[in-house]
Amino acid sequence: MGPESGALLAVRGLTKVYPRRRGGRVEALRGVDLTVGRRRALALVGQSGSGKSTLARCVARLEEATSGEVWFEGVELLSRRGRALRPWRERLQLVLQDSATALDPRHDAAAIVREPLDALGRGTPAERRARAAELMEKVGLPAACAARRPRELSGGERQRLAIARALAVRPALLVLDEAFAGLDVSVQAQVARLLDDLRARDGLTYLHVSHDLALMAEVADDVAVLCEGRVVEAGPAQDVLRHPQHPHTRALVAAAASLPALAPQERAC
Amino acid sequence: MPALLEVRDLVVRYEPPVGPPVLAVDGLDLEIHEREAVGVVGESGSGKTTVLLATLGLLPPDARVVRGSVRWQGRDLLAMGERQRREVRGAEVSVVFQDPALALNPFRRVGPQIAEVIAAHERCSAAERRARTLQALHEVHLADPSAVHDAYPHELSGGQRQRIAIAQALVCRPALLLADEPTASLDTVTQAEIRALLVDLRRRTGLSVLLVSHELRSVAALADRVVVLHAGRAVEAGPAAQVFGAPVHPYTRALLAASPRALIADPTVPWVAAAGGAHGA
Amino acid sequence: MLLAVSALTFLLSEWAPGDFFDEMRLDPRLSDETVRALRERHGLDRPLPERYLRWLVSVLQGHLGFSFAYGQPAAALLWPRARNTLVLTASASALAWLAALPLGCAWARRRRGPLAAALGGGTAVLLAVPDVVVALALMVAALRTGWLPVGGMASLGHEEMTAAARLRDLAAHLALPALALALGMLPMLLRHVRTAVAGALDEPFVLAARAHGIPEWRILTRHALPAAANPLVSLFGLSLASLLSMSLLVEAVMGWPGLGPLLLEAILARDFHLVLASVLASTVFLLGGNLAADLLLVAVDPRIRAEGA
Repeated sequence: MGPESGALLAVRGLTKVYPRRRGGRVEALRGVDLTVGRRRALALVGQSGSGKSTLARCVARLEEATSGEVWFEGVELLSRRGRALRPWRERLQLVLQDSATALDPRHDAAAIVREPLDALGRGTPAERRARAAELMEKVGLPAACAARRPRELSGGERQRLAIARALAVRPALLVLDEAFAGLDVSVQAQVARLLDDLRARDGLTYLHVSHDLALMAEVADDVAVLCEGRVVEAGPAQDVLRHPQHPHTRALVAAAASLPALAPQERAC
Repeated sequence: MPALLEVRDLVVRYEPPVGPPVLAVDGLDLEIHEREAVGVVGESGSGKTTVLLATLGLLPPDARVVRGSVRWQGRDLLAMGERQRREVRGAEVSVVFQDPALALNPFRRVGPQIAEVIAAHERCSAAERRARTLQALHEVHLADPSAVHDAYPHELSGGQRQRIAIAQALVCRPALLLADEPTASLDTVTQAEIRALLVDLRRRTGLSVLLVSHELRSVAALADRVVVLHAGRAVEAGPAAQVFGAPVHPYTRALLAASPRALIADPTVPWVAAAGGAHGA
Repeated sequence: MLLAVSALTFLLSEWAPGDFFDEMRLDPRLSDETVRALRERHGLDRPLPERYLRWLVSVLQGHLGFSFAYGQPAAALLWPRARNTLVLTASASALAWLAALPLGCAWARRRRGPLAAALGGGTAVLLAVPDVVVALALMVAALRTGWLPVGGMASLGHEEMTAAARLRDLAAHLALPALALALGMLPMLLRHVRTAVAGALDEPFVLAARAHGIPEWRILTRHALPAAANPLVSLFGLSLASLLSMSLLVEAVMGWPGLGPLLLEAILARDFHLVLASVLASTVFLLGGNLAADLLLVAVDPRIRAEGA
């Protein structure tokens, strides 16, 4: 079965079972289907334990799925291994939740962005340095940040740095696992704007993974709700948010709705 | 009525071994009265956690209180000896931190970690401590207190762990609870549950709360009064409805504008109205 | 593991020039035929793999081989020596840990100040000085002052003493080599204890415990030490290896009748089966220690316990 045309990423019947030592097993994913069109942003939303991070890791091949298919740019990835996978690994990059721990604390920002280029041996050292500077500018990191180490950067700057590094190898798809978590609200807005710009300019596609339905409704076009390893509801973000059908989706919306709406008079929307 | 906690002109500076000193809190005034919930809103680096640690006398070694006072029921906490301060902490003023996975000792069962707080402040028998621990677990609505009592933190979910941290903080019936981003590490559904628990505990016990957060809407859901902190200074303060409804300071306005668009709930859908969803955007 | 060590010892002894009976040839009273006959009787003329297999089979049957030099089964020579080594290493280990834990905790709590400076300097000096020199210095000091007996593990005529007096005599003889060994281990242990406890004290749950008014002493014993136990228990297992190799040396220097002097003699005399048996006994000690450390690890860390069972 191939993916429908126009889709950049199609996940079909993906399952992941973790064996437990004391017998028994945990079914983290129980047959997930997802389709992300080119230049779209899909958010996979679920509570902790719903299996959403497992899905992100299986798609990025950090973990091996138990069964199922992942079609990416018209190629089935799960049947490929090692060297045959390498070109696709570059086209699909993962940005993790806590960028502070995902970035090497001993390297400065410029070295972190350059690292994937160095590893692949792209161009001359001078070209790589130039490309790193260009990437940092692209994600809005001031040149002064180049010499700083991750802990000397703010949370927002670190997240921009993680995005810059992911972009170094010119990917088509970014998988963003809780990329907004732990950021100040104003920084969240900046990162969201950056992602929008990058999508318009470079034609990127995003797969977000998050527990925050309200936030995802703002940054994504489509939403899929994951509950106990299954997609229970999917559709355009605003539709899912306004007219949730599945009880689990309703619980997610209700949790967000239990917060007061902050709408000062002068904020006309 | 005199304030329970009174912070006056507090200035705290970090003096790291390398690099320039950083002014974390710059002349802050803050008051919390009995039965009141005050929210301190600020982004990272605004000095909000420093205020909380200074109140407890637990600033890291490279931080220095340059001037100001922190009075707890009229007594100056900063001038107190370490021994007296220890007696205040946990018994009169307690705290819940952001990430319960880090705040609970992973090597010890949950129950003894709560019982230990009782032992630190009161003389009572082991049986009595156990009974009070189970009662505290029950009061934070944990389904099976005795099973939780004997569990290790890693065997429990994030929401359960935060309930345990709250039970631990409240087991000696303090008058004031300091809460540092108590929901930030949890998923949205669990966040809502923990917020509901805090509201419920306040109603039942008359607890005062100082809530520190960068998330405006969760502060708005819990606090009567709000202080907006920016670069160590209070730029705006007042009743929550006033600060969020008619912000005066440009920084407050910027924060509000950046906050995720208010959740839109269709008032014709009954379950959202019941959950307290307001009509926004 | 045991297999690998014994095979390696076999190989090394094969590469070493000569065997026990080569020296006999120098003796004019023995004819070449006699020596050859002796070698044949002990199977030394067979190829190496066959000898190794035969030896393995006999070990599995409980025979550790025969000492050429002593003319006794190696096992009979080995056991009292192994017991002595065990007594020495166990008491040295206990001594070193008893000193390292409180000092390391104190150091971790106050990372600056006179105590930290003294401990930092002291451990640096002890690390730099070779163990043999420490042992010799202690012996010189003991001889000068006459406070402690030097050499051996019992005084003359200890057979006539009462049980209590015999124990006191043993303790007096044990003191010097145990102290030498403990001093050799202490700097490494101390620095690791400090690092582990300091790391544990920086954990957020220690801040949380302080925020709940838990007394400092309790924070140290009930929060920081259990959290530091994991690396320290692993260190305990690792330190046994260095302790054992150190003890072989210290025993030889200080005349403690343990495995060390026995092994040394056996090597010099090319007393092949005795060398093998001693090495084997040391390896068993080491494995036993590491097994104990692993079991301890399961006991102290509930997370490992959850995964392991």
